[in-house]
Amino acid sequence: MTRWKYKLMPLFFIGPAVLLLMVFSFAPIFLSLGISFTDLTLIGLADWSKINFIGIENFVKLFKDKVFLESIFNTFFYVLIGVPLAVSSSLVIALLLSMVGKWLSSTFRLIFYMPSVTNIVAIAVVWGFLYNQQYGLFNYLLSLINIQSIPWLEDPLVAKFSLIILAIWKSNGVSMLIFLAALQSIPKVYYEAADIDGANRWQKFFKITLPSMSFATFFVTVTTVIGWLQFFEEPFVMTDGGPLNGTNSMALYIYQRGFEYNDFGYAAAASFVLFIIVIVATIVQFRFRKKDQTL
Amino acid sequence: MEAKSKLEKFIVTLLLVLGGISVSLPFIWMILSSFKTEREVLQIPPTLFPQNPTFQNYLELFQSLNFDVYLRNTLIIVFFSMIGLLLNTMAGYGFGKFEFRGKEIWFMVVLVTMMLPGQITMIPTYLILNEMGLTNTMTGIVLPGLIVAFNIFLIRQFMVTVPDDLIEAARLDGAGEIYIFFKLIIPLAKPILSVQVILTFIASWNSFLWPLIIANDQRLYTLSVGLSLLQDQYATNYGLQMAGSAIMVIPILIIFMIFQKYLVEGFNVSGIK
Repeated sequence: MTRWKYKLMPLFFIGPAVLLLMVFSFAPIFLSLGISFTDLTLIGLADWSKINFIGIENFVKLFKDKVFLESIFNTFFYVLIGVPLAVSSSLVIALLLSMVGKWLSSTFRLIFYMPSVTNIVAIAVVWGFLYNQQYGLFNYLLSLINIQSIPWLEDPLVAKFSLIILAIWKSNGVSMLIFLAALQSIPKVYYEAADIDGANRWQKFFKITLPSMSFATFFVTVTTVIGWLQFFEEPFVMTDGGPLNGTNSMALYIYQRGFEYNDFGYAAAASFVLFIIVIVATIVQFRFRKKDQTL
Repeated sequence: MEAKSKLEKFIVTLLLVLGGISVSLPFIWMILSSFKTEREVLQIPPTLFPQNPTFQNYLELFQSLNFDVYLRNTLIIVFFSMIGLLLNTMAGYGFGKFEFRGKEIWFMVVLVTMMLPGQITMIPTYLILNEMGLTNTMTGIVLPGLIVAFNIFLIRQFMVTVPDDLIEAARLDGAGEIYIFFKLIIPLAKPILSVQVILTFIASWNSFLWPLIIANDQRLYTLSVGLSLLQDQYATNYGLQMAGSAIMVIPILIIFMIFQKYLVEGFNVSGIK
């Protein structure tokens, strides 16, 4: 093979992917930053001379925008309530699965993982029916034990919890698998040694199992926080941010501004606020981890 | 952690069964309701099994609503996502097994795009496609999703483990680079590629937001976009909605059950310890 041909070979392999990635993922970051300093709307899209550079005006406006501030509040609500519930429930499922025989374990692993592979719109449609105040199965089951019907999606606060339940149901599977993989990789000799020393099972759990899973827990927590900060599809399909903006999230607000109001500049600015929050949250978690290790 | 006593085993199993039932309840309810008539589905108290099971809901989706068109569009997207996977595999191989100038920088670019929230790129990508005149086309729906940085990353991790000597030996035997890639590398990478194929299939079958943004024309709608439309237009016809959801969910569940062994192994492959 000639020299120039060998030099071109890598280009052949990575070229198409890198080119597409540059155009549709990498360049858009900078483009988005540029747009966030303009008043670009649908009109500007048709006629570029109508686009004006307005500096940080979008960002100033955002922090006076009641709806945006509400959606930030809701997003933090989702993270603060949803993340601990999501991480701990998937950990509990993984622990239970590790305690039964192989056949039971793999059967239930399949069942708990099922929701994560299914389509969010279909899920939202089905849960919308279950949550229906009048005809829904949930309220019917509650009525059997004499509990009054719950306004699952009709009350701003209850609706937030309803979406959190749905999201946990859907996301548990993936985290559970990660925890399960971590559980299985703990060397059996640790437990054997502890048995010889006469440790009871709680001691074994807190001194061996949990510490051995610290990386998995960290990984699951970081990805779950990032995921919940971008909470979008559930409120989008089920409530469209309502009632009274009670379930609106930052990601949904960006979508609404961008593609329902065609207010591209403003939405791009909002997306940068979200981006910065995601970065800060991730850095904070890595800091905490460092502290943890020195203990 | 093994459960010790019989009682403990019983409690753990009971908890799993209860959890399993509540997790699968929405699916069970979806399937049962999809065979109920419009009247029965709104009946109080609700029936568990349909009294007069009917296929009417499924027939209506394909006969009077355009679910056949949506299904075809969805399958087109699935097909192109597989071509995308081939491009990802090539890139993963390129990054894993070639030395060239700027390799680290380009790989950094790949990694950076992995960490971006989708909302950041959504608006500019729409504008770029609009400038290219690709909004409201199948190309516009397919193109931005072809390359998945995370796939490139995982495949590269695998490629690094392939011995250089093997490729060198093939080169000495006079095999061309493209021949080596298709006849040597791809068969070697089968375990990781089969996981990627399933995950790519599931992701593209489920794709919703991007087709919704780019397609204004009903002829380009995918199943999930069509289903969300159905939810708006037939708000109280839950039987029909459940049938539509079942069409989206059941194929995935079947594929998932057949290939779940590989999928679950995939999580160990990703090296999270």
